[in-house]
Amino acid sequence: MCGIAGIVNDTGSGVDTALLEQMLVEIGHRGPDGSGVYTDSHAGLGHVRLSIIDVGGGRQPMHNEDQTLWVTFNGEIFNYVELMDDLRQKGHRFGSRCDTEVILHAYEEYGEDCVRHFNGQWAFAVWDCRRKKLFASRDRMGVRPFFHARLGREFVFASEIKSLLRHPAAPRAVDRLALDQLFTLWTTIPPRTIFSGIQELPPGCSMTVHDGTTRVWRYWSADFTPPAVAPTIEESMHGLRELLVDATRLRLRSDVKVGAYLSGGLDSSVTAALIKRFTDAPLTTFSVGFEDAQFDETPYQREVAELLRTDHQSIQCTSADIGGVFPEVIRHTEKPILRTAPAPLFLLSRLVHEQGVKVVITGEGADEVLGGYDLFKEAKIRRFWAALPGSKIRPRLLKRLYPYMPNLQAQSDAYLQAFFHVRPQDRESPLFSHIPRFDLTSKLKQFLADDVRVAVGDYDARDEVQSLLPADFANWDTLCQAQYLEATHLLPGYILSSQGDRMAMAHAVEGRFPFLDHRVVEFAARMPPRHKLRGLNEKDVLKRIATDLVPESVRRRPKQPYRAPDATSFFGTADQPLRFNYVEDLLDTARLSAGGLFQPAAVERLVQKARRGRLVGTKDNMALVGILSTQLLVEQFIDSRRPTSGGSSTTRPLNVAEVGALAEV
Amino acid sequence: MKAIEQQLRQFVSENFLFGEDASRLSNQDSFLEGGIIDSTGVLELVTFVEENYPIRVEDRELTPENLDTIDNLVRFIETKLSELANQA
Repeated sequence: MCGIAGIVNDTGSGVDTALLEQMLVEIGHRGPDGSGVYTDSHAGLGHVRLSIIDVGGGRQPMHNEDQTLWVTFNGEIFNYVELMDDLRQKGHRFGSRCDTEVILHAYEEYGEDCVRHFNGQWAFAVWDCRRKKLFASRDRMGVRPFFHARLGREFVFASEIKSLLRHPAAPRAVDRLALDQLFTLWTTIPPRTIFSGIQELPPGCSMTVHDGTTRVWRYWSADFTPPAVAPTIEESMHGLRELLVDATRLRLRSDVKVGAYLSGGLDSSVTAALIKRFTDAPLTTFSVGFEDAQFDETPYQREVAELLRTDHQSIQCTSADIGGVFPEVIRHTEKPILRTAPAPLFLLSRLVHEQGVKVVITGEGADEVLGGYDLFKEAKIRRFWAALPGSKIRPRLLKRLYPYMPNLQAQSDAYLQAFFHVRPQDRESPLFSHIPRFDLTSKLKQFLADDVRVAVGDYDARDEVQSLLPADFANWDTLCQAQYLEATHLLPGYILSSQGDRMAMAHAVEGRFPFLDHRVVEFAARMPPRHKLRGLNEKDVLKRIATDLVPESVRRRPKQPYRAPDATSFFGTADQPLRFNYVEDLLDTARLSAGGLFQPAAVERLVQKARRGRLVGTKDNMALVGILSTQLLVEQFIDSRRPTSGGSSTTRPLNVAEVGALAEV
Repeated sequence: MKAIEQQLRQFVSENFLFGEDASRLSNQDSFLEGGIIDSTGVLELVTFVEENYPIRVEDRELTPENLDTIDNLVRFIETKLSELANQA
């Protein structure tokens, strides 16, 4: 796990090695164990390394035997052992026992289709010196990041946007349409990013850069087409268990210590339990606890840790902790966020790093893949109700959904019905499941400045989501449709990035996710929907196979979403007010006016409401966090021409070792 | 404009509309249809009413008929106040 960066120069006039090194300094936090660059007349590849596999031999950029191919790689190819055996039989000779080298030989053997053979999480670029061609790829689910930009006669890429912004020709401006997307979907729709002119390679896609031309194509996409003969529940249980066991086994491949996150819920308990079955080595588990009881899951975390006899470590997170680290969190997310939930994970990865652990296995992805989210149940109830709109009983099921939301529980039947009422025009919408979330989030756009609204015009992010749906989408089961939308947008755009890679890698920690092994994903996609969501019982198949893995109390407890305090992290409560200078500065009316993105008067009212301790609703909280994080982004990346890493505690001088010849090969 | 109506308009404007032009909200505009309040908003509204007028909103009264427009709210509050006066 590492950080990558690179430059391709169309003219062959050489690349600026100093610039490449500066780009690496920006992502130094991703790879504290070493660094390297390769340059020739047409291209430069850079790499900062977090050594995990073949600690002694895996230096990058790495070349093939005749030095015609060079690769810079962030991530893991978990099935590299098996691929190495296959490739050896086909005549390839390996100089290391590193998964990086497998990419080179697989590319030699299979060309751009090589990624179809990979089981892993990757972002890499292979430079073909002879053909002057760059081939880059990103893993199926979007675990590892890859950003790029065309700047004049140069194509530049990197693990993080801050590297690209080091290029003197990089534009520094907020993309207005991206704001519309973010304040509708919680994330942008790749290739668009919040920064004008900077693009993201979408998950499941590869690209080439050759002769000044960029080509991007999709090599994988989730397919929910059911098999001709539906499996029985026993077959689903058996198949899922076998795959999960193997997915976990592969993810334990590491030459350094592997730990695990424990949330207290079912998914991470299952992955931690599976790890324990493979290893006698003491397992260290890590958890976030909250001072505020409504977010805290400490008792469940302890229960699982005691049962599994792990060395358990946790942090106790307060509102003030979140407010304190929030600017650093946004420097890493490089994207506005609508919840503070990434911040505690930033603090947690710091603990992991301090404990000397570089790799953590987590339960991430299970809710998307196996139908765990309340949103899936909500959609099911809304459909059930829409089939008999006059029913007074059907909408009452909605109250069963959100036991942890007191505001919703307090609603009268009349209001409950009013809120979740299915409009006639929504009934046939392909976005049916997500309409309430998208509608609620869209309300945040009322805070956008008039100029931004004019720039956005008639554009609606929901229309773009709809236009990108696969051809078969309409034929899929409604749960599968909802799962597809969730796995395509929120999962890579927020869960795996803002809350995932970026928070973990801020402290050089690599996350690994057995539930997102593509074999698990593909198997679950073809499972009958009732095996995932049986009635209103989520992840039924997983609960069934978890009987001997996790405590009964964890298996049976209602799902609790991972949340953290939002507005109170910045303003405290009426009894215990908090004050942060950066919050005052960035939400100041004059500052907002100058920034031109939000309406100062509207934000002022929102802030006053927060100061009075009256900011309690979901929408208001999302608005506050969204506006504050956008303002932080603008301050750190656009207003400031300074290197973004300046002042960060995680940055240290980079000692760049050149591994490639400067002369053309 | 009646005092109650004015107070309600101000509250709705400051707490739910934020930057929206409050003058564009008519007294008959539905808060639900306009997406002006969410589930928390209903509770905020009820809290405001209970804190500013000597009335209690019963569970059975938590309906859009009573609370979903400025007009409905004014009517609801006036009815409750007059009930109170009659009892006194």
